[in-house]
Amino acid sequence: MTDLLTRRQVVAGISLLGLGALAGCDPRSGGALDFKYGKDMSNKILGRSFKLKDTQGNVRTLSSFWGSMPMVFFGFTQCPAVCPTTLARAAQIKKLMGRDAGFLQVVFISLDPERDTPEVLDAYVKAFDPSFVALSGTLEETAAAAREFGVFYEKVPAGDTYTLSHTSTSYVFDSRGQLRLGLSHSLNAKECAEDLLTVMEVC
Amino acid sequence: MLRNPVKRTLAALALIGLALPAVAQTTVSDAWARATVAHQQSSGAFMTLTASTDSKLISVASPVAKIVQVHQMTMDNDVMKMGEVDSVALPAGKAVTLDPNGYHVMLMQLNQQLKEGEQVPLTLVVEDAKGVKQTIEVKAPVRALNAEAMSGHQHMH
Repeated sequence: MTDLLTRRQVVAGISLLGLGALAGCDPRSGGALDFKYGKDMSNKILGRSFKLKDTQGNVRTLSSFWGSMPMVFFGFTQCPAVCPTTLARAAQIKKLMGRDAGFLQVVFISLDPERDTPEVLDAYVKAFDPSFVALSGTLEETAAAAREFGVFYEKVPAGDTYTLSHTSTSYVFDSRGQLRLGLSHSLNAKECAEDLLTVMEVC
Repeated sequence: MLRNPVKRTLAALALIGLALPAVAQTTVSDAWARATVAHQQSSGAFMTLTASTDSKLISVASPVAKIVQVHQMTMDNDVMKMGEVDSVALPAGKAVTLDPNGYHVMLMQLNQQLKEGEQVPLTLVVEDAKGVKQTIEVKAPVRALNAEAMSGHQHMH
C-alpha cells in the first residue's frame, strides 16, 4: 500500500508539473463527476495494479496508459454478442470524438487466455480499430486483473467446449490513472462519447 | 421433405396476399453471420423468424462448425450471461429476432474462417404446436466483424 501511495504522489507531482499543466487538469478533480449516461466511479479504486502482456509480449500496467484516457473492457474473442458490439461501439465513439479521438485508448483484456492467443487477439481487436490494444495473461493473472476490477466471469459449458458469461462494463480512467467512469453495454456510442468528453474536461 | 414445393407455394400465396391455412410455415429474413479472424474458434449467426402458427425453433445445424447451439444472452446487473436454450418460442405471426442482444445461433469449433461476403449455410428445424417439424435452409451472408456499428441503435448521423 505504501508503495502504491508513493507512486501516486509521484505521478500526481508529474502531472501537475507537466502533463497536468498542458492538458489543463483541474486540481479540484478528485471528487465526483456528473455524467449524463454512465456511472461515476471517481470514488472507486479499481484496476490499479493489473499486470498483463500486450500482443507483442510487452508487459503493460495501468501506468503504461498514463497521458491517455484508457477505456478498459473485459471479454473474449469467441464472444458472439457483447464483445464485438462493445468494440464496434468503441470504434464508433472514436469517430464521434473527432480530433480528441487520439486521446482515447481502448484496452481489451481477454478473459479466455487459454484460447485467445496473442495472434488471434491482435487480429481481432485491430479488425475494429488499428489503435486498439489487447492484453492477456496467465489464468492466474487474468483472475487477478478481473478481481481488481470487480469483473465477474465464469465458464458456461457448451457441447464439449465452453463460452463465458462476464461483466460487460467499460471502465474509463482519466489521464492520471484515476478511475472515472463506468459505461454500461446498453449505452450507444453518442452517449458514451458525451460522457468521455466530460472526463477529458477534468483531466 | 416437401421443402421446396412448400416454399414455392408459400411464395406464390404471399404474392397474392393469402395466408397458408393448414400447414405451419416459418419464414426467415435478414440472416447474417459475423466474420471471424484467422484461428478464431467461434462466431454467431443472426436472423428474424416469423412463424404462421405457434411454433418453436428447436435446432440449427451448419457445415461450417462442429457445434451449433441456440444461446440466449441476458444482462443481469451489467453482467452478460450466456446459456444454451432448448428452443425459441415463435408465436404466430410475430417476428422473433435472433440478434446480438438476445437469442442467437452460436457457431463453435469452426471448421474454417468466416470471411466477409461468403455465405454460411444453416439448417433450421422448427416444430409447430402439433409436433410437425419443418426444415428450413438458410444462406446467411457473412458480415464484417464490426458489423454492429452499421445498424440498430448504434447508428449515428
